[in-house]
Amino acid sequence: MKKLFVIVRKEFAQIFRQTAILRMMILMPILQLILIPLAADYEVKNVNLQIIDFDHSSYSRDLVQKLDASPYFRLVATPSVPEIARVNIEQNLADLTLTIPLNFEKDLIRESKSTVAIEADAVNGPKAALGCAYASQIIADFNNEVRDRLLQMPRFSEFTRIEVASSFWYNPFIRYPLFMVPGILALLVTMVGALMSALNIVSEKEAGTMEQLNVTPMKKYQFILGKLIPFWVLGLVSITLGLIVAYFIYGIVPRGSYVTIYFFSAIYLVGALGVGLLLSTFSDTQMQATLISFFIVMFFVLMGGLYTPLDSMPDWAQKLSMINPVSYFIRVMRFIVIKGSGIRDLIPELKAMILFAVVLNTLAVLNYKKRIG
Amino acid sequence: MEVRKPGIKNKNSNFRGQTLLFRAMIIKEFKHVIRDSRSLFFLLAQPIMMMILFGFALSNEVKESKAVILDKAKDGISHQLIDRFNQSHFFTVVGQISDEKDIQHYFEKGLARIAIVFPPGLADDLKHLNQSTVQIIADASDPNTASIAASYAGAIFHDFQNEELGRFKIPYEIKIEIKMLYNPQLISAFNFVPGVMTLILMILGAMMTSVAIVREKELGTMEVLLASPMHPMQIVLSKGIPYLVLAFINVLIILVLSVYVLHVPIRGNLFLLLAESLLFISTTLALGLLISTSTEKQQVAMFISLVGLMLPSLIFSGFMFPIENMPLPLRVISNIVPTRWYYGIVRAVMVKGLGFWSIWKPTLILGTMTIVLTGIAIKKFNIRLQ
Repeated sequence: MKKLFVIVRKEFAQIFRQTAILRMMILMPILQLILIPLAADYEVKNVNLQIIDFDHSSYSRDLVQKLDASPYFRLVATPSVPEIARVNIEQNLADLTLTIPLNFEKDLIRESKSTVAIEADAVNGPKAALGCAYASQIIADFNNEVRDRLLQMPRFSEFTRIEVASSFWYNPFIRYPLFMVPGILALLVTMVGALMSALNIVSEKEAGTMEQLNVTPMKKYQFILGKLIPFWVLGLVSITLGLIVAYFIYGIVPRGSYVTIYFFSAIYLVGALGVGLLLSTFSDTQMQATLISFFIVMFFVLMGGLYTPLDSMPDWAQKLSMINPVSYFIRVMRFIVIKGSGIRDLIPELKAMILFAVVLNTLAVLNYKKRIG
Repeated sequence: MEVRKPGIKNKNSNFRGQTLLFRAMIIKEFKHVIRDSRSLFFLLAQPIMMMILFGFALSNEVKESKAVILDKAKDGISHQLIDRFNQSHFFTVVGQISDEKDIQHYFEKGLARIAIVFPPGLADDLKHLNQSTVQIIADASDPNTASIAASYAGAIFHDFQNEELGRFKIPYEIKIEIKMLYNPQLISAFNFVPGVMTLILMILGAMMTSVAIVREKELGTMEVLLASPMHPMQIVLSKGIPYLVLAFINVLIILVLSVYVLHVPIRGNLFLLLAESLLFISTTLALGLLISTSTEKQQVAMFISLVGLMLPSLIFSGFMFPIENMPLPLRVISNIVPTRWYYGIVRAVMVKGLGFWSIWKPTLILGTMTIVLTGIAIKKFNIRLQ
């Protein structure tokens, strides 16, 4: 036990001596936490709209005004000919073109119907679809107003209406950071646990100091524990840092308890460290370790539902996410922070994470050979 | 005083010698890369994995959202509406509940994303009062999915109202014709193929080059190389060339996968696209070079690449996160991130089929960045040598 303590102290000393890496480890979570939630705002707003108004009637002007006043759109141009509009779309200056034809008002009043055209830059499909939906909604509202004006009938009419009342639970103001921050915390713990520990072990191999460690009377388990314990501690430190940043920058206070967060992080970290150890047995150089862990972490994170919802994935991919430890941890963090779920709500996830920790570490230890070559 | 005036022949042979040396160096570096078959495998597997993941698994589309229904009406209208939810591919009805409290249970266990509540007497109210209110409750812990799912649910009610409840033709109607340019079927591959290309090239160019150079420093073999008759810049350049070739092979792999597996055509000029890709690869190599001059440790080089390059590349390319939604300081920063410009170029050439005239600006920016970055790197490199 005393020997283990000495080894852990040596590892800590080594980590603290490399100030550059230490600085990176502190900087990385803070930067990520500041940047990603600020950037990851998927809400479609500020759609750049351009309007070609051939009609120049009072109705067409009303419609333009109504669209301009909407928070979803920014009226960037009112070109006079379609050619200019096309160039604007090509140059990404505009996302959406609304064309109001000549005689728009006259047709609406005399023929009782009129048509406007919307063209959307659909390279980014979901964005284009939403932009069109918003524009259609506003035009439909405008249509209702116009109809009321023309028919001069009371609002309570023979048109049967189903009103829809929407409410958003847990996040009533649709704040994106509340959603992204817990996910990024999970990503951070994974990076520290898997990537950093793998690199550390492999750097001993590459520098040749592994040979020296091998000739010491130290036991295999002592070496492994000695390597992993510092990173387990660092992982918990990084999550603490993350929670502090989340509080001071975004004012996010987890709805669940901190004990639950640390409890799950502590267990998850054991699994993540197992991944790191396993990776280190597969690689001889830091470059290999980087590439392999980058590949695997990227895979786990993308498939873990951090950026895109798991529900949108096809069945096979959803089944695959059952064996993805990161997806469980992202889910757990989100549930604790946003919904305030307790350990009792998360029993299936807890079981899965313990299973991962046991299986991954067993595999890693079996695969690990004290002697090289 | 002796003035040496090397003859033309002499100069020529010197030049030839240098070229031969340089070629030998490049061959050596290629061997380094190829010998490390594990790394090579992952370098080539990475783009394939990402293309397949993005192509077949990941999407921002909201479909088959799990919905739970609280039907207090239990009449003809509510049954028709439930049928509509069942048929819609946007929703999967996972259950019917009889108590509002159960909604919380469904949300907390993650069993449902959205709850639809029909009020008692829905059909009667519609018949006699011409109006009734249904309730949509969304689990907004994922705000994006929640708001989209809520708007889809709203659309189902809206359609039902128009199709089933409208008793006569609505007068004074404004019709809307919608046309989706470039991507009429709204295939997400049109957006992510350029994105994946950008990311892969960034990883290969900047991270791999910097780590490869710093590795020589860390192992001490850099000193040996510097003692050779080669110019230091040639040593560094020869490190970058294998990765340039690899990056280019990756571009080809991505394009082939994109055209033949994902059926995303290249609408513009293929050679223009390849030339622009080469330009961007040079930019990333210059970045890698710069990183390698400022550190002695592989781990540090890697972290600079990961934190300083990968993260901004991912965030500011406009591929995953919409730039126009960012706060002003971030929008300003996005201008100095090379991936943003390359991503724009690929989208313009590949998806929109535009020619050089429409991308000369980003091309110029990338070119300037490459020259400036290389300049700084050379200067720092020379200082280090002194």
